[in-house]
Amino acid sequence: MLPPATDSPRVTTLHRLSPTVKLGGALLIILTTVLLPRGVSWAYAMPAALVFLLWPLSGMTFVYIWRRMLLAEFFIVGFALFSLFHEAARPVFFSAFAKSNICVFTLLLLTWTTPFHLILNELRRWRLPGIMVTTLALMVRYLPVLVEESSRMQRARASRGFTRRKGVAWSNLTMIIGQLFIRSADRAERIYLAMCARGWK
Amino acid sequence: MHLPDGFLDAKTALLSYGVAAAGVSIALRQVRSALKPREVPLLGLSAAFVFAAQMLNFPVLGGTSGHLVGGVLAAVLLGPSAAVLVITCVLMVQCLMFADGGLSALGANVFNMGILGVGSGYAAFRAAKWLVRSEDIRATVFASAFAGWCGTVLASIGCAGQLALSGTAPWSVAFPAMASIHMLIGVGEGLATGLVVLAVLRVRPTLVAGAGHGAGEGRFGVVGYGLLIVLGLVLFVAPFACPWPDGLENVARTLGFSHRAVDPLIHAPIPEYHLPWAVSPALATAFAGCVGTGVVFVAAYAMARLLVPAFEGGKKDATSGN
Repeated sequence: MLPPATDSPRVTTLHRLSPTVKLGGALLIILTTVLLPRGVSWAYAMPAALVFLLWPLSGMTFVYIWRRMLLAEFFIVGFALFSLFHEAARPVFFSAFAKSNICVFTLLLLTWTTPFHLILNELRRWRLPGIMVTTLALMVRYLPVLVEESSRMQRARASRGFTRRKGVAWSNLTMIIGQLFIRSADRAERIYLAMCARGWK
Repeated sequence: MHLPDGFLDAKTALLSYGVAAAGVSIALRQVRSALKPREVPLLGLSAAFVFAAQMLNFPVLGGTSGHLVGGVLAAVLLGPSAAVLVITCVLMVQCLMFADGGLSALGANVFNMGILGVGSGYAAFRAAKWLVRSEDIRATVFASAFAGWCGTVLASIGCAGQLALSGTAPWSVAFPAMASIHMLIGVGEGLATGLVVLAVLRVRPTLVAGAGHGAGEGRFGVVGYGLLIVLGLVLFVAPFACPWPDGLENVARTLGFSHRAVDPLIHAPIPEYHLPWAVSPALATAFAGCVGTGVVFVAAYAMARLLVPAFEGGKKDATSGN
């Protein structure tokens, strides 16, 4: 399971910075990096140096970087395997590799220093449609609840009859997912009633 | 299939942001007009549900594991427009909270998995249900399994097209690689989608929006999504999928990536044969895709025939026992 989003122990300068600046800055760094020309060039050193200078300011830990980097590297490494077949693809691969790592690092800095609800506030100010803001807010609020619920169901299943047979594992997991959807729908109904009770329209 | 930043160039990223924004605004329009107020929290909870379901790992061959993507599952459970919004929100949270999937590639990811995957998957679901002309639980399970496969494969083709249009990977490599890998992954996705739909249908059939025959999208939605999917395929896939070398080179020259396109990384596996339909590995893959679609269709049908009576028997026993 993924660790919670912002588990940084101490509040640093970057944490205190306004989310507008951080989200805008991340967007700017990523766009600049994406727009840089392909091929081995020193231009990549600029955004790379910038994010590495910001790193000590954020107090981001290695464990956090390692865990999150794995998600992105899966795709990048898969791509690298294909570029091994041909000489001509190497420079393209090098630039894609450099660019994507710089961008992932930028996003890591953003997610480490900015809790999602502040990003969501920012998106609301940037005129994200209301129904999406509500959906995102509810999603982030109930995500840990549902993850907890699904792991409880898995534990219950496992304690009743653990087996290595894959067919059984599949039918168990799909039943858990189906049950999870039913419980989410029930919870949505209760949330709706609670929202109405508090004057939501 | 989450594209990170840096793999797409600015032109492709912008184009896919445009198409994705158009798709999301169609979905917003549809949802605003059709959604009852009491269903608003269901969207948020469904987004959390899809994310939580993605965290469960299914054991596959040889110690590896895979997880559900859930686009088609959401479409069958909630209807396509709600599913587009749900998948968009899931991708946004994955990008901005977990740094999974790029920010500049968010448009491409939303288009591939949200609009192409959900839209084409839901179309396949409707088509498969229409073909068997049956309203029982079996038809829904079979159609969702088949749709899960179709959605996954089409989303991967969109992804390959964007990589090729960016010049990151030549189409002759990206398309066969992405399509063949996702034809395998899609089998798992389809199986899991069908089984989850079955699990929900057995306990609470009213929660499955796609089970009835009335859960249509309205003309605006069908035309809108259809046009967008066609537009996306024309933008990202059609420049490469043309079978005639002259046409391909011509398009390549006009778009300015001929120096990349003329040099395929992997040569045709059967260059000696010159089958009329196998002039390129991409076309061979497309042909294999058509055959694969047929095989998966039959397999999904067989799965529903084999699995559902057993479950139904169990259900009858349970109710009679009560």
